[in-house]
Amino acid sequence: MNASASTTKPSSFFACARNGGSTRGRRPRGRVRWLCQLLIPARARSPATKRIPMTWSKSPLLKTCVLVLLVAVFNSVGNVLLAKGMRQMGETQGWSLNILGVYFVRAFTSVWVWLGIGSLILFFVSYLLVLSWADYSYVMPAAAAGYALVPLLGHFLLGEAVTSLHWVGVAFICLGVAIVGRTPPSTTGRG
Amino acid sequence: MRTFIFLAIVVLAGTGGEIAAAYAMKGIGEVKDFAPRAILGVLGRALRLGWLWVGVALMTLAFFSLLALLSWADVSFVIPATALSYVVGALGARILLGERLGPMRWVGILLVSLGVAIVCAP
Repeated sequence: MNASASTTKPSSFFACARNGGSTRGRRPRGRVRWLCQLLIPARARSPATKRIPMTWSKSPLLKTCVLVLLVAVFNSVGNVLLAKGMRQMGETQGWSLNILGVYFVRAFTSVWVWLGIGSLILFFVSYLLVLSWADYSYVMPAAAAGYALVPLLGHFLLGEAVTSLHWVGVAFICLGVAIVGRTPPSTTGRG
Repeated sequence: MRTFIFLAIVVLAGTGGEIAAAYAMKGIGEVKDFAPRAILGVLGRALRLGWLWVGVALMTLAFFSLLALLSWADVSFVIPATALSYVVGALGARILLGERLGPMRWVGILLVSLGVAIVCAP
């Protein structure tokens, strides 16, 4: 009896998983929603949100999450690309306006600098969009999640060593971002 | 010394610029449509606001100071050292934008700032 129970269990589990995988009722953005619900307290979610069909731009929470994520990624990617370009140029030879002018013009011949600038423009646009409804003091620390990316990108793109202390810092950043994420995004009565 | 002067410019001009831009965007109101054309429309309206240009000018100053700084200083020092701007920015948001920062948010901001400062340690 015990043996039969233990043999039916795995098969029913897999049947369940197969069924779950094929039903049409599954929500496509389940994982994103789950992340938002984890980070943002229930009282910040307005009851009206639940009546609106869940497309990401209709929910104040989801669009804040999505745009903060874009801000974080474009910011850190842009900074690392820019640093890579500037590192290849070396230090400035002096501080007169002539030398600095030539130096900056030369910086714009680097592909890495241009890629970095492109990424930072995308960062700025998404930053402006999210600031149209959310607090500056909410977006700024939340976007710091991107700095958890910097040791990773520095490690893989620039070949910098990442020590265990760096990972402690990354943990602090993640904790801080999670705490800020649990406060209401707007305190000024807009959005 | 040169590094610290440039760092101060990067932090103060950077946060000042972002606060000016945030102030300008609050005047536009919440963006609800994310179609490419609608986003271009919002950007077009934003570009006509004076405060956005004040913000862009300050951020440009911060950006070129950062470019210069990155040419002699290590990215894993400079980028994390801008951790100061979280505290400066939070104070600015409270004083200039009138945002109400609760204790939770202060704790989060200080943790983020500390974390970024730890990442800067060699």
